[in-house]
Amino acid sequence: MRYIEPHGHMVSRTTDDYQDMVTAGCEAVCEPAFWAGYDRKSADGFYDYFCQLTEHEPKRAAKFGLAHFCWLCINPKESEDMGLAKDVIDLIPKFIDKPGVLGIGEIGLNKNSRNELKVLEMHVEVAAKYDQLILVHTPHLEDKLKGTKLILDVLKSDKRIKPERVIIDHVEEHTIKLVKDTGMWAGMTLYPESKCTPARAIDMLEVYGTDRIWMNSACDWGISVPLAVPRTMLEMKKRGHTVDLIDKVAYQNPIQFMRQSPKFKLTA
Amino acid sequence: MVLELLPVVPFLRRRILHHIAMPMNRQQVLDMYFMEARAKLIDIAAFLDRVDRAPGEADFRLAAFRQALKELDGGTPERAKNVLLSFSDPSVEPLEKASVKGAIGAFAGNVKD
Repeated sequence: MRYIEPHGHMVSRTTDDYQDMVTAGCEAVCEPAFWAGYDRKSADGFYDYFCQLTEHEPKRAAKFGLAHFCWLCINPKESEDMGLAKDVIDLIPKFIDKPGVLGIGEIGLNKNSRNELKVLEMHVEVAAKYDQLILVHTPHLEDKLKGTKLILDVLKSDKRIKPERVIIDHVEEHTIKLVKDTGMWAGMTLYPESKCTPARAIDMLEVYGTDRIWMNSACDWGISVPLAVPRTMLEMKKRGHTVDLIDKVAYQNPIQFMRQSPKFKLTA
Repeated sequence: MVLELLPVVPFLRRRILHHIAMPMNRQQVLDMYFMEARAKLIDIAAFLDRVDRAPGEADFRLAAFRQALKELDGGTPERAKNVLLSFSDPSVEPLEKASVKGAIGAFAGNVKD
């Protein structure tokens, strides 16, 4: 069964993962800029990272016949340092016209601090100025509800931002309706312990519907499952959902969102 | 508004509220998920046993966990949502400054004495 991986941090994954993903039916992977597990000390580190995302990683993916796209930002975990954040955000326009760049992400909040909010607003300004799609990270665990509400308030208050061009990722049962009621897209992340299980994700599809929603693995340098999306597709099939419905959620929906960027084209 | 007129027909109300039909009936859900849920329930019980056996005091997370367990007794199919809400920070004002990066899974302010 074909699918799109709309959120995978492939810089932290091996070629085994690329092989497995392609074998499982993946046709494209989209990679937001993220926290590397440590704080980068200067904007130069981000410059190199953006080069990796826009030049090196697409070539690595192409060796397996996989289309690779990316998003750019400074991650919320690194957003307390306003000087660094400003320097990094100033870099983004230099990369925004690269062939695989879909938009600004994964922006958002981490601990819901004032500086994180200011940096979020700075990113939204760039997205509005350059008419970019937006991919949002919502905080972990006990911080998710508060952070989701704060993020939605920021986005709704900027009339230049069209809700259908925003995806709020890592939704769970207590935040999905908040997101869908705004007209924005909702991403369900199939990540062990701190986010959703396949069963819960399918439950949310059954309760909230299959419009403006996608599934992703957000596989990264932590314990995570690059094949979480195809495994969830199999579980949907076991529950009795149709092949058309599964294809809608795992393949057509990500394409529908991302082709709002003219750069999103699947290779033949 | 029509949906509000259907409290006496919960089955029909659920079917209309659901955006896609559930392909399984209740027996099939049990057939597919009972063993997994049973294992997870035993894991939770074993976790609480392990906490009891360990010496020393527990922090607020244990009380938060016990509080969240009560949401399983809820009568509507929103238990997962309510457990998550039970663990969530309900405040609305941003933090002045983030002094840590990680989350811990529960919010101390929610714990009832």
